[in-house]
Amino acid sequence: MKLLLTFSRKGKADPGREPVIARVVKETGVLVNVEKANIDSMAGEVLIDIPDADADLVRRRLEEMGVAVRVMENAVALDEAECVDCGACISVCPQEVFSFDEEWRLRVRSERCVLCGKCIQACPHGALSQQG
Amino acid sequence: MEKSLDLINARIRDGTARVVTAEEMPGIVDELGEEGALEEVDVVTTGTFGAMCSSGAFFNFGHADPPIRMERVWLNDVEAYAGIAAVDAYLGATQEADAKDRLYGGAHVLEELVAGSTVELRATSRGTDCYPRRSIVTELLLEDMNQAVMVNPRNAYQRYNAAANTTDRTLHTYMGTLLPRCGNVSYSGAGTLSPLANDPGFRVIGSGIPIFLAGAQGMVVGEGTQHSAGGGFGTLMVTGDMKRMRQEFLRAAVMNGYGVTLYVGIGVPIPVLDTGIVRSTAVRDEDILTDIIDYGTPRRDRPSLAKVSYADLRSGSVEVGGETIRTSSLSSYRRARAVALELKDWIERGKMELALPTRLLDPTKRSKPMRETAVSPRVRDIMNRQVISITEDEEIRVAAKRLLKDETNHLPVLDGNGTLVGIITTYDVSKAVVTDGKLRQVKDIMTRKVIKTTPDEPVDVAARKLEQNNISALPVVDTTNRVVGILSAIDLGKLFGGRRRR
Repeated sequence: MKLLLTFSRKGKADPGREPVIARVVKETGVLVNVEKANIDSMAGEVLIDIPDADADLVRRRLEEMGVAVRVMENAVALDEAECVDCGACISVCPQEVFSFDEEWRLRVRSERCVLCGKCIQACPHGALSQQG
Repeated sequence: MEKSLDLINARIRDGTARVVTAEEMPGIVDELGEEGALEEVDVVTTGTFGAMCSSGAFFNFGHADPPIRMERVWLNDVEAYAGIAAVDAYLGATQEADAKDRLYGGAHVLEELVAGSTVELRATSRGTDCYPRRSIVTELLLEDMNQAVMVNPRNAYQRYNAAANTTDRTLHTYMGTLLPRCGNVSYSGAGTLSPLANDPGFRVIGSGIPIFLAGAQGMVVGEGTQHSAGGGFGTLMVTGDMKRMRQEFLRAAVMNGYGVTLYVGIGVPIPVLDTGIVRSTAVRDEDILTDIIDYGTPRRDRPSLAKVSYADLRSGSVEVGGETIRTSSLSSYRRARAVALELKDWIERGKMELALPTRLLDPTKRSKPMRETAVSPRVRDIMNRQVISITEDEEIRVAAKRLLKDETNHLPVLDGNGTLVGIITTYDVSKAVVTDGKLRQVKDIMTRKVIKTTPDEPVDVAARKLEQNNISALPVVDTTNRVVGILSAIDLGKLFGGRRRR
């Protein structure tokens, strides 16, 4: 399951100044895969992937430490009325979210998405968007 | 054995014609042999659905009261070419509106009209005795026009290059997004289903033959602009009645960083007259070859990185220089198939009979590059040959002195052999001064990834590098990476000041 973590780095006591992910891993023993991280001086956003079974535990612990946690489902959405099944999104995606089925219809495995946004820009028909 | 077109049309009329898509034909020939396939199959239908920038439509709007001779015309704020007659205009698919919020162009107007939406017509004129009116604004539906004739000056490409990018930045092209360092390959065309791949000698595809164009019955006008069949890049000029088109086969698109284009579905039926045509329609993806071209070279003649087949491209990845690169298409195979299937249905139901070309297209013709009478300026024409440089082990204060003495803002950094290894600017030096003074040498502060140019690079390409990287000078290097000059924004000014050496 993918969790999008957002935190503030404005104040000295803000969670963004602390090694929150490392602490959660140490405490819970759950292996966290960091898929994307954007951190600047004021705020941060990190996308992590964790086993479904541990999601509640990790989420609760992060929230206790002041991190806002959002479960990312259907991170990228396809508008089927706009899509013409060209496949321009396929090779630009680093996560292999897109592929063709045997009928050459575009298949989207959005659970693999790490929100890089490359496909949204590459789609000539404006058929892709980011959820939430 | 040979078959006449009359026989095929008679079979279409009485509903006994055997029509197959170009996708089915290789299997039929495998099974029945060429003679058997000739006997069995009467018509092969082809199809493709992809970006056709070279698209547009002629409109006749009818006369207003009082009448106006339209000199400039806009449809939904997209300008159409009105230098035709009083109330005619041609709207090109790639023409863009002056819209701030989103990219919107001729292709969108065409799609909206086909979808049944109203568009706003706005026109201006100087006014004449016969056409006194000077402006008009009105809302129009497709059905309000006397004619809406799609004309694609260049469509149904015989072949299309695949595209990759060897530079270290993402490129945005009409071939879509090309990731840096050959991160992907994009291609276009339907391979075995593509119209001209099934008649590469232009034996039965030529002027006057009926086709499927965006859901309507259209026809081939003749050779397309830039027709270059001698090199495998033949094209067709085609036309069709927009009023009968369907949105499913005519879709506006935006190539990020490039602009507006129109996706068009086109299909050509091929009468199976002899074994030569059986053979050409039995073409497979494996037989259709194209080059992967490096779009990182911003010149007309771009290098080919590899030759591949459509089977390779459609497999999802290709091997280039020992590396596996993922491929993806810009055109839709699924819709290409829908075009070929619908065309098959039309012919089986007797809605379309076939014709032979009234004029054949030249299968040997090659298009020429543009004749340029003024040589476009090169970097060597305007670069500064007096290069002030520094070595990486010098102290920063030496660099500062040199910058001041020579009144320059850029110092290329050379190693012991005189090769370019970095660059420092007055900005880098100032930054070093305000930090805590720990940085002492040029190599501590220099930029190692230098954006550079060569003496024979066109000035326009170099200027674009300055702009894209937000920098104001480029070291000019020879083939061994030795600095032979420097090109600054000031040198570019010479082009406009008329002081360029001829």
